[in-house]
Amino acid sequence: MEPKIIIQTKDLTKYYENQAAVDHLTFSVQEGEIFGFLGPNGAGKTTTLLMLMGLTEPSAGSANVMGINPTRDAIGVKRHIGYLQENMGFYRDLTAFQTLKFIADLNDVSEDIANDRIHSAIKTVGLENSSQKVISAYSRGMRQRLGIAEVLVKEPKIAFLDEPTLGLDPDTTNRIIDLIQWLSREKKMTIVISSHLLYQVQRICDRVGIMINGKMVACGEMDRLAEEKLGIGKEEYTLEALYMKYFQEGDA
Amino acid sequence: MNGMITIYKKELADHFTSNRFLILFALIAMVSLITAYMAGLNLANSLEGVAKPKFVFLLMFTSSGVQFSLVQFIAFFGPLIGLMLGFDTINRERNEGTLSKLLSQPIYRDAVINGKFLAGLTIIVIMVVSIILVVTGLGLTMIGVVPGIEEILRLCIYVIISIFYLAFWLGISILFSIVFRNVATSALAALAFWIFFSFFIYLGANAVASALVPEAMNDSGMMVLKAKIEKGIALMSPLQLYTDSTATIIDPMRRTTRAFIQVGMMERLSMSRFSGPLPLTQSALIVLPYIITLIAASMICFAISYIVFMRQEIRSL
Repeated sequence: MEPKIIIQTKDLTKYYENQAAVDHLTFSVQEGEIFGFLGPNGAGKTTTLLMLMGLTEPSAGSANVMGINPTRDAIGVKRHIGYLQENMGFYRDLTAFQTLKFIADLNDVSEDIANDRIHSAIKTVGLENSSQKVISAYSRGMRQRLGIAEVLVKEPKIAFLDEPTLGLDPDTTNRIIDLIQWLSREKKMTIVISSHLLYQVQRICDRVGIMINGKMVACGEMDRLAEEKLGIGKEEYTLEALYMKYFQEGDA
Repeated sequence: MNGMITIYKKELADHFTSNRFLILFALIAMVSLITAYMAGLNLANSLEGVAKPKFVFLLMFTSSGVQFSLVQFIAFFGPLIGLMLGFDTINRERNEGTLSKLLSQPIYRDAVINGKFLAGLTIIVIMVVSIILVVTGLGLTMIGVVPGIEEILRLCIYVIISIFYLAFWLGISILFSIVFRNVATSALAALAFWIFFSFFIYLGANAVASALVPEAMNDSGMMVLKAKIEKGIALMSPLQLYTDSTATIIDPMRRTTRAFIQVGMMERLSMSRFSGPLPLTQSALIVLPYIITLIAASMICFAISYIVFMRQEIRSL
């Protein structure tokens, strides 16, 4: 069966002061997959995600998320997307429970369902013991987990995770990675994850897109890309080698 | 709609639990109590021997206690309440990274401003109404005069105008919080705006009027012209608008909002002889333009806030 395409962009472009942050980007994400979005800092990954959610208006080109144009109907798109932003901010005086309740209310989740979802989300991310503490007392890892709980409470079809493991210790990183896999497998979410931790990305992603200077230089299944680019088969390559190859070419 | 209500509830809870609000409320409560108490004491003295005093109850609000009457106090320092409630509305969220989180939820952008503005407005309403009630209660016990129906009506109108006035300042501070990314900058800008339009504009008005009409000493026509120019410039100040729009409402003995009236000998005589209070409808008629201008100013500043906020890029950092 042909996989269903859930996100599709065509020549998506964004200029910031005459400099293209995103330059004629055309790619697609299939339903149910984990898509790794790779690239150096400032390559335009976050800008692309913001455009896909209708938070930033593209200078040219178009995007389509679940059949909706995010520029036209930002609310419609945002209803289906859970967004874990880089350096997620929180209301420091709220407890984890209050934060999740606030998110549920903003998403029009009814009282009963919201309570169920909040309790199971808190359990899933392992914050049972601190759900009544205010967030200013949370460590970075706990905040990141709470961010994922926010996505869980919303129960979207698509999750955008922007650097979900940035600055976390190895143990917490593994927990987050497991959680992401769980989201994909149990909740059947389509996940777009942008990250620098190539080892982790290689572990969980189905397909990757490598973005350099606003352009997508490679996009597809890792195995295929490795074979094309490095000439070596499965299990031998590392994503890092592949990434560096593209990166050096892109720089040249 | 739902998003707005959710944000409204959260903001209101934030206001009630914030230290800033407690300090502000304590300060306002203290000052209004003291002014009202002093005014009440003075009032009891000054009314001794007056045959048929009218609108005694309103005098509680207009006669100055220590230095300020309560009405003056609200006119001068009420804006600070509005500014304090709003100066970090949007930029604080931006700095803490919660704005992009909020906006990545399925809500309209204006729901954020509306919810926050309404929460601030609720606080303002609570403050103004409770201040007036406290003073009313004190007045009842201290001077022992029960307000008549007209006095109550006048007070109600006064409360409504005051709420609009403070709401204008709340709107201004929200606008600054959208325009300036830095919380301290927006606070200072809002303060500067307040100081300029509440104090310095009068100096400016005088200077401009003197420059335009230099020889106003002897010619009465020129004097009127100069006063008109001065007044026109001063009307740019929300403080002036507010003072004018409450002038005849809270003080029925005043018949005009003008500071400078040219009257002849006979008119002066008849004025002093028949100095009765204006009926409520006439008072309202005189100040209606000012009230409308005040509301229009609030709306303009709100409209600017909308436009600026809608067009702003929401980069996360």
